[in-house]
Amino acid sequence: MARIDLQNIRHAYAPDPKSDADYALKRVDQAFDDGGAYALLGPSGCGKTSLLNIISGLVAPTAGRVLFNGEDVTARPTEKRNIAQVFQFPVVYDSMTVRENLAFPLRNRRKKPDDIARRVNEVLDLVSLTALADRRARGLTADEKQKISLGRGLVRSDVNAILFDEPLTVVDPQVKWELRASLRDVHRRTRTTMVYVTHDQTEALTFADKVVVMYDGEIVQVGSPADLFDRPQHTFVGHFIGSPGMNIMPASVDGAAVRLGEHSVPLASAPRLDALQKLQLGVRPEFVRLSATGIPATIVRMEDAGRYRVAHLDMLGMPVAAMLREGEAAPAAPHISFDPAGVHLYADSWRVDLGGAAQ
Amino acid sequence: MKPVSQKAWFLVAPVLLLVAFTAIIPLMTVVNYSVQYVATNAQFHWVGDLWYREVLHSEKFWNALWRNLVFSGIILAIQIPLGVLIALNMPRKGWGVPTCLVLMSLPLLIPWYVVGMIWQMFGRVDIGLMGVMLRDFGYNYEGDPLDAWFTLIIMDVWHWTSLVALLAYAGLVSIPNAYYQAARIDGASGWQVFLHVQLPRMARVLTIAVLLRFMDSFMIFTEPFAVIAGGDPVFLSTELSQTVELGQRAAMSIIYFLIILLLSWVFYTVMTRDDGEPIQTGGKSGSAS
Repeated sequence: MARIDLQNIRHAYAPDPKSDADYALKRVDQAFDDGGAYALLGPSGCGKTSLLNIISGLVAPTAGRVLFNGEDVTARPTEKRNIAQVFQFPVVYDSMTVRENLAFPLRNRRKKPDDIARRVNEVLDLVSLTALADRRARGLTADEKQKISLGRGLVRSDVNAILFDEPLTVVDPQVKWELRASLRDVHRRTRTTMVYVTHDQTEALTFADKVVVMYDGEIVQVGSPADLFDRPQHTFVGHFIGSPGMNIMPASVDGAAVRLGEHSVPLASAPRLDALQKLQLGVRPEFVRLSATGIPATIVRMEDAGRYRVAHLDMLGMPVAAMLREGEAAPAAPHISFDPAGVHLYADSWRVDLGGAAQ
Repeated sequence: MKPVSQKAWFLVAPVLLLVAFTAIIPLMTVVNYSVQYVATNAQFHWVGDLWYREVLHSEKFWNALWRNLVFSGIILAIQIPLGVLIALNMPRKGWGVPTCLVLMSLPLLIPWYVVGMIWQMFGRVDIGLMGVMLRDFGYNYEGDPLDAWFTLIIMDVWHWTSLVALLAYAGLVSIPNAYYQAARIDGASGWQVFLHVQLPRMARVLTIAVLLRFMDSFMIFTEPFAVIAGGDPVFLSTELSQTVELGQRAAMSIIYFLIILLLSWVFYTVMTRDDGEPIQTGGKSGSAS
C-alpha cells in the first residue's frame, strides 16, 4: 500500500510537443493518499486512462515525476512497481483455467503454494467464480472473463495500489452492482489505495471517497461527491455531474448582483473581477424555483424522471432546467427565481469565490 | 411453421455445378479408371479392387509413403518454429514493416519449377562458386540420397517458411496491447508471454499454416522432379508419375488423396480440440483503447 504523488506530470503522445494543445495531459499535480478510494471521472479522451497508465508505468510521462511513498519511481518499469491494473476489456489467459488465471500473478512472484491456493479461493468467492474455477477461460462469456480480470487485479494482497480502467464497461447492469459492491467491500477491509477510471458519474460517486474530475487533459476538481455537487469549481463539473446538469447562463455583474437582461440576481458579495473575463451564472436545477414572481419564463417541455419531474424552460431566450418535487405543479405563468444557496458565478469557466452562504 | 420455399435449391445450384466440374466429376473419373483395366485396343475391363490390392502390396508404394511422411514431418518441424521465430522478430511499426513484408513475400511468388532450377544452378560445379564449395565438402545431390534430401529440405524451407512467418505475423499483430500490459503487471517473463499470450492467440493462424504446409509438402513433386529427375528419393508423386498402367495410377491417386484428407482431418481435429469456437469466427474480444 502506498501514497502516490504525481508531480507536474505532462504527457504528449506525439514527439516534440509545442503548444498546450499537443499534450494529452497538460499539467497534473495530484496526491492519492494511502488507502484512499479515488475515482478519475471525465469524458472520453480527457486523459484519464493516460494518467492511470502513467501511475502503473505502462506509459512514461513526457515530463514530471511519479512518487510512491515519497520514492521516485518515474523510471521504474511496470513489473517493478508492484501495481495491479484491470483493463476495460477482459484480458485473460485463454489456455489456463480460471483458477490458474488467478494464481498466475502470485506464482510469478514465487509465493508459497499453500498461500496461493488459499488466496485464490478467497478471490474466486469474492468475484463469484467458484463454480467455474476449473473451467478453461477460453469458453467463458465476456462477463465471466471480466470477472477473471478483476480477480487477477485483486489477488495480490501486498500491492501498492489497484488501478481500474473502466472495468465494468462490458458487464451486465445487474452484475455491475454486485461487483461494485464487492470492490467497495474489498476496499473497506484491505484499505488498499484504489484508483477507478470511469466516465459514468454514478459509478464514480458510489465507488469513491474522493472524485477527481478531469477535463481536456487537466484536473478541474478533486472532492467528495457532495463537494462536486454543492461547489462545482468549473462549469464542466457543474455540467457533467448531476442529472440534468447545471444551468449555465452568460451574465454580467453589477456590484453584488448578476444582471440577466433587465433582471438581477443578488450575490453573497461583490466579486473582484478582471474586465475581460467571460462571466457565467451557474445554478443547478435543484436550486431553480418556479413561482409567481421573478424572471418570466415559458415551459418548453416537461420530463418525468420518476421521483421528480424536470421542467425545461425558456428564460430570456436561454434554456433553463428546473426540478419539481413529487406532486409539485408547474404554475400556469411560471416565473423563475434562484435559491441563493445554489447561485455560483464563473469567470472564464472557473468558479469565483464569493464567501457567504454557498461556502 | 416457417414457410418453406424449394426455390432455395436454385441458389445452391451454381455452387453445386461449379464443384461438380472442378472436383466431383474429375474425382469420379479417376475412381472409374481405378477399377478397370484398359487394354491396348482401348477397351475397358472391370477388375474390381485389383489395382488397389496391387498398390497396397507394392513395397515401392510403402517406401514412397514413408519418405513423404518423413519429409512433411521434417518440413513442419523446421518451418513452423522458424516461421514463428521470424514473425516474433519482425518490426511492428515504421518503414521496416512494409520492407519486411515485401522481402518475405518474394520467395512465395516464385514458381516451384523455377525454385528447382535456381537450386540446380546453385549446386552446379561448372558454374558457381557454391557448387565448387559444395563439391569440396563432398556434396553431390545427384548421386547421394542424403545430399538430395538435404537439398530438397533447404529448397522447401527457403521457399515456404515466409508463408508461415507471414501468417504468424498476422496473428501476432492482432493481439491487443492490453494483453502485453496485463502480462507485465502480472509479472510474466518473456517466455511466459510467448507461452500464455502469443502462442494461444496465434493458434488459429498456426493451424492454417500447419495444414497448408502439410498438404503442400506432402504433395511435393516439382522440386524432386527438377532436382533429381526420377532418382532417389522417390516420393509418392514421382512414383505416381512413373507408373505406366492407367488403372494402377488411378488407384494410387485415390489412395494418395485419401491419405492427405485423413491426415489433414487429424491435424485439424487435434489442433482445434479444446477450441470453443469454430475457426471462421475469429476473436471476438475488442481492441483496447
